[in-house]
Amino acid sequence: MTKNVTSKELMGGDDDLPLYAPQKKIYPQRVSGTFRRIKWGLMALCLGVYYLLPLVRWNRGLGAPDQAVLIDFQSQRFYFFFIELWPQEFYYFTGLLILAAFTLFLMNALGGRTWCGYLCPQTVWTDLFYAVERWTEGDRRARIKADAGPLTAARLARRALKQAIWLIIAWWTGGAWVLYFSDAPTLVKDLATFQAPAIAYIWIGILTASTYLLAGHAREQVCLYMCPWPRIQAALTDEWALNVTYKYDRGEPRCSMKKGRDLRALGEKIGECIDCNQCVAVCPTGIDIRNGAQLGCIQCGLCIDACDNVMKRIGRPTRLIGYDNDINVQRRTSGKTELFKPVRSRTVVYAALIATVCAVMLHALLTRSLLDVNVLHDRNPVAVKLSAGAIRNGYTLRFLNKRGFDRVIAVDVDGPANAQIHIVGVDSVTPDRPMIVLARDTTTELRVLVTAPFDEKAEKTQPVKFRITDIGLGEVASATDHFVTP
Amino acid sequence: MSQHNDTDHITGRSTTGHEWDGIKELNTPLPRWWVLTFYATIIWAFGYWVVYPAWPLVSGYTAGVLHYTNRAAVTANLAQLEALRGERMKALGTASLADIEKDPALLALARARGKTVFGDNCAPCHGSGAAGAKGYPNLNDDDWLWGGTLDQIMQTIQFGARSGHAKAHEGQMLAFGKDGVLKSDEIVAVANYVRSLSGLSTRKGYDAAKGEKIFADNCVACHGESGKGNQELGAANLTDKIWLYGSDEATLIETISNGRAGVMPAWEGRLDPSTIKAMAVYVHSLGGGK
Ligand code: SF4
Ligand code: SF4
Repeated sequence: MTKNVTSKELMGGDDDLPLYAPQKKIYPQRVSGTFRRIKWGLMALCLGVYYLLPLVRWNRGLGAPDQAVLIDFQSQRFYFFFIELWPQEFYYFTGLLILAAFTLFLMNALGGRTWCGYLCPQTVWTDLFYAVERWTEGDRRARIKADAGPLTAARLARRALKQAIWLIIAWWTGGAWVLYFSDAPTLVKDLATFQAPAIAYIWIGILTASTYLLAGHAREQVCLYMCPWPRIQAALTDEWALNVTYKYDRGEPRCSMKKGRDLRALGEKIGECIDCNQCVAVCPTGIDIRNGAQLGCIQCGLCIDACDNVMKRIGRPTRLIGYDNDINVQRRTSGKTELFKPVRSRTVVYAALIATVCAVMLHALLTRSLLDVNVLHDRNPVAVKLSAGAIRNGYTLRFLNKRGFDRVIAVDVDGPANAQIHIVGVDSVTPDRPMIVLARDTTTELRVLVTAPFDEKAEKTQPVKFRITDIGLGEVASATDHFVTP
Repeated sequence: MSQHNDTDHITGRSTTGHEWDGIKELNTPLPRWWVLTFYATIIWAFGYWVVYPAWPLVSGYTAGVLHYTNRAAVTANLAQLEALRGERMKALGTASLADIEKDPALLALARARGKTVFGDNCAPCHGSGAAGAKGYPNLNDDDWLWGGTLDQIMQTIQFGARSGHAKAHEGQMLAFGKDGVLKSDEIVAVANYVRSLSGLSTRKGYDAAKGEKIFADNCVACHGESGKGNQELGAANLTDKIWLYGSDEATLIETISNGRAGVMPAWEGRLDPSTIKAMAVYVHSLGGGK
């Protein structure tokens, strides 16, 4: 494999087949209309949230981070406004993922690839990059003409400007990303003065590169070749889902305006599509929706806007292309009324699942304890006999104080009769009920010894319960284990 | 490949010219970026072979220009870890034993450090959980031959017992039978008397008065008048419920007849001072420390 691969070989010689299909360059045309407006609105919302969220502050008291959304890897905490999650509460993220999946399913059952067309980051950023491209290099026709013509200095300058703006957006995207992982204002300052940790620069680099490549160059290729969702989506959809559909019952047979007029005069039945190809020109994935539902369609609705504009101009009712389903195409053909069924078993099940997961998560969140204790029994030795004949068991207790302030807790033990408790390294003023200070937002691990007089009649293993009580707040938590007599 | 410009009439696309049972294969090539990525991975693989150890040879392997080995990486990591811990271990070395117990951070460090070193060095005799075995004291309980305060434990670890070190603990349980000091019936009597000291049952009809007399004559020097032992000499407390070699009559007869002299090695010189300190704190914190 040391032979150089020439581009000629890659492209295939005259009598050879090509090894690859070059990316077909797509020149989506600018369009205006309802769905374009919705897309602008959602783009502003998504990008606004993404870029600005790390700058939002949230007061959590002295010493605690005041960033509203913060993923703090170093101290293993996740802050989301009033919620603070610990690593062992990672199941909330699992819940969120499950929720996201069901929401995606529900959206899909109702409106096809709504996610793809309006909310997917790939769509949002590509859309933004297209806007830049149009602004710098002109609309569809200008770009096609310029690409076909010679490379002039003016053209080069426009291209350079486009690439520069793309890179700035990509870099800003990467920059906003790292702000979620550290105090944003400090990090911005550190980044500017080259004091920030290397990992921050590396991540900015990765995100800059991926944004620039995916949104600027790979574009629809991501949707067509890289993304698994179109395949999964195709298996999850049904005949009731509302998809961007060309109503061929109304549009066919298509015919140019002039020829159509002539044919209509002759009494022929002619469809309303005037074959102007506007729907194809605006499509960001370069497909022809009139060929029916297809993998390439991301359901962005731009062809609806394009065709509506045409229909308005020629004085015909709009929505020759619109959100519709195959069932209706068939029903109309056979003279029946249109039928929409948003409430079906599939959507009801999804909605119910979403509601259930939400309820479970909310319940878990509202009842989660901010004080906790875990216990681990010594295994080697399980029990120790003391000189006077008493039996002692050792435990490792882990105390969790999830509150943002230090607190004093008392440790009690309910175990064998007359059991006594001692915490190694703690001289308490109340020896039979040791008290310790739990630093805020930390875990404390201590060795605890429980001693009970030897009782021949007692069970070999008896339950022992450690109760901890916050002296100030009265919050309690407990953990149960066993006391073993050899 | 031969020339062919066969086109499929339905799709209007070219075919590969391959045909099976009348079914033709459309020419649907891979996108360029895919192919280029594929070539890039091949080039990457070549780079990998050159840079890292990759190819097995008859008696070894290609070393790669980086001369990377897992072993070297581990060594480097360990060195880095030592450097990282240097500060804290130094703090452990300078703090007094009592201070370590009072400082939660130092206590945690000492316990963690002590635990690993204990596992490496002490576990063969005392067991991995320090529960001991016959002849090897259980370090979790509160019975100490040589004393259970922090300083006493440290002293024992540092110099050992009967270890040959100049500062080691000395003291023997004499062999009263072997050396002909006591006769068999006397040994049985004193053994039963010792059992009675800790509330254990005694042989029916044994001569308690004789046992007490023999004990007073021979044993009190080390074990004390009431049999509570003497930590200066490492003499065991005979009134408690803990027996290093066992408390049954046969074992006691064996002990009295032949004596005992278990050896605890001195760790000074084998372990550095701050590690010994950490170990003393660890053993003390097992629960028996005074
Ligand atoms: S066919 Fe229409 S809805 Fe589908 S991707 Fe193209 S423009 Fe968007
Ligand atoms: S934009 Fe409407 S009228 Fe024009 S080609 Fe497309 S479907 Fe036909």
